[in-house]
Amino acid sequence: MTQTIVIDPVTRIEGHAKISIYLDNDGSVRDAQFHVTEFRGFERFCIGRPFWEMPAITARICGICPISHILASAKAGDALLAVEIPPAADKLRRLMNLGQIIQSHALSFFHLSGPDLFLGYESDPAKRNIFGLIAAEPDFARGGIRLRQFGQEIIEALGGRKIHPAWAVPGGVRSGMSAEVRAAFRQRLPEAMDVTRNALARFKTVLDASDEEVTSYGFFPSLFAGMVTPEGNWEHHGGKLRVRDAEGQILADQVKADDYQQLFGEASEAWSYLKFPYYQPLGYPDGIYRVGPLARLNVCDQVGTPLADAELTEMRQRAGHRMVTASFYYHYARLIEILAALELVTQLLDDPELGSSVLRADAGVNHLEAVGCSEAPRGSLFHHYQVDKNGLITYLNLIIATGQNNLAMNQTVAQIARHYLRGDRLEEGLLNRVEAGIRAYDPCLSCSTHAVGQAAFAISLIGPDGRVVDHAVR
Amino acid sequence: MAARTLTINGTLISARSNETVLEAAREAGISIPTLCHLDGLSEVGACRLCLVEIAGSAKLQPACHTTVTEGMEVQTDTPRLKAHRRAIVELLFAERNHICAVCVASGHCELQQLAVEVGMSHVRYEYLSPDCSVDISHARFGIDHNRCVLCTRCVRACDEVEGVHTWDIAGRGTNARVITDLNVPWGEATSCTSCGKCLLACPTGAIFSRGSTVAELERDASRIATIVAARNERW
Repeated sequence: MTQTIVIDPVTRIEGHAKISIYLDNDGSVRDAQFHVTEFRGFERFCIGRPFWEMPAITARICGICPISHILASAKAGDALLAVEIPPAADKLRRLMNLGQIIQSHALSFFHLSGPDLFLGYESDPAKRNIFGLIAAEPDFARGGIRLRQFGQEIIEALGGRKIHPAWAVPGGVRSGMSAEVRAAFRQRLPEAMDVTRNALARFKTVLDASDEEVTSYGFFPSLFAGMVTPEGNWEHHGGKLRVRDAEGQILADQVKADDYQQLFGEASEAWSYLKFPYYQPLGYPDGIYRVGPLARLNVCDQVGTPLADAELTEMRQRAGHRMVTASFYYHYARLIEILAALELVTQLLDDPELGSSVLRADAGVNHLEAVGCSEAPRGSLFHHYQVDKNGLITYLNLIIATGQNNLAMNQTVAQIARHYLRGDRLEEGLLNRVEAGIRAYDPCLSCSTHAVGQAAFAISLIGPDGRVVDHAVR
Repeated sequence: MAARTLTINGTLISARSNETVLEAAREAGISIPTLCHLDGLSEVGACRLCLVEIAGSAKLQPACHTTVTEGMEVQTDTPRLKAHRRAIVELLFAERNHICAVCVASGHCELQQLAVEVGMSHVRYEYLSPDCSVDISHARFGIDHNRCVLCTRCVRACDEVEGVHTWDIAGRGTNARVITDLNVPWGEATSCTSCGKCLLACPTGAIFSRGSTVAELERDASRIATIVAARNERW
């Protein structure tokens, strides 16, 4: 008898999703689908708004990574004005994005995936959460929470609030950072560094005992895409795009955000509100690529800061290849990026230009179309706008990091199900392993569908006759 | 000028004979909510937020349009008035698309402030969600009809203070819109002097500086009264 397993809803991710696992007559896994079940419609209702409002409107897509939308939108706005923003504004935007990377990665690692990694995939589900982690390892959990707070408070110090600050605007930013505030953050850096290095050490211990997870949680060749500096180093804002294949060959390099459509196409499937971006030259679905922390560390030659570079070298050694194709390593990459972000924050806090009062370039509407790109914690984010001669939005397309990992997440679910599913019953451990495989990508479904909702997880097991054989909801 | 003695909320008040209940109340430190009223402009009594109860009259009266009389007994804050005021503010929110979270005037908006004052925790009426346009054809300013409450403060400021009457109202009921000249895009309204008094007068984010981003629009509506006072007194 053939069956389908449905996991509905998926938990400890940002948004609503469910998973269907399709079984063959012999009970083996034929296919799996990661359905994103939210819909919001930003690409419609933003039409007719002045583009100056877009950073704040699109920030409302997400409460976890509003900064990514604010920055990508402001970048697109700079291009519509055809201005080069003041140097201080560029540095301040970078500082905010680093704060965002720190807080979002800390949330993913400690709050969302920490319970799996440090309490066990098959541990008691009632305690397999951040509160369970606090009870089991109070110092470790406190460190993670404080690390996230550090990132959030950088955002608050710049934008006046932690979530949805209307701060980066077309042409620059609205306020700088005083010497006193910079000094206060500088004092907190050593603790943040210690927490991150300790987390790296702890993760490596877990990694040593995770051969099975490494080879089953999304272990397959794919392309990787992300931003790099002109020298080919790691970049998070203001760089250009690079695509590498699983062997490390560079397929595209120094591509401007404006030309993203030459690199990426978007396919749709009837069973998910999440689109399926693919690498255009290879077509759909062969053009599967991954973005985010692991992709950024794969595409770059090096990070460009000493501590993060040492860790990157070690990660590549542990993976046994310059290109790391196991998605389990996303956790590792996230910690290395926190380290890199802290090193770059250290440099920026010493820069007196952050206190400048020249922060905003002004101009009229000089281009009618523009693309803004920024590296969100989860990967490359594109905001593509067209405006009329007065600056009202006539077309809007957003390509979100989580969407770009959609094909990879589907393959990951199928791989985990094939490896761990025994019979036609949904064992709790299997459910959580499927979820954990998805969590490695730290998907943000609110962002990717630009959709509302709270975390929820559902999974279905479906036979070849289309009948739901087993179903679980959390 | 003769004085009148009246009570507001039981407090004995002295007022000049040509004063309105609103003026008398404010001079006595008694707050009555308003929206279409702006010091320096004529009264239209359009918003009905300043309605008060007057002993001996079954009808509620707009404080901005009611002249004080001797022995008048006024109540400004009864449960009945509070319920009406909250309903009025809810209806204003339901009529157009007021999205404070992404509005240029958030934090500096009289409508938003009123919603807080009247305790509007939610809107009980169905939103009309009209399809309203945004006009940013003017070089310096924009008008977003989504946020307009038809208070006509812009119309009066333009007519009475600047003296050009670029602004007016077209249409009726929920189709009413403020317009510039004979309903042409603002950037083509030749009578407009680009003085910005409509921007100062607007209580919401409907009229804004072009290029404003969210929560950035700060204006001082009292400057209209300052201009009028300066002109009348020939400072």
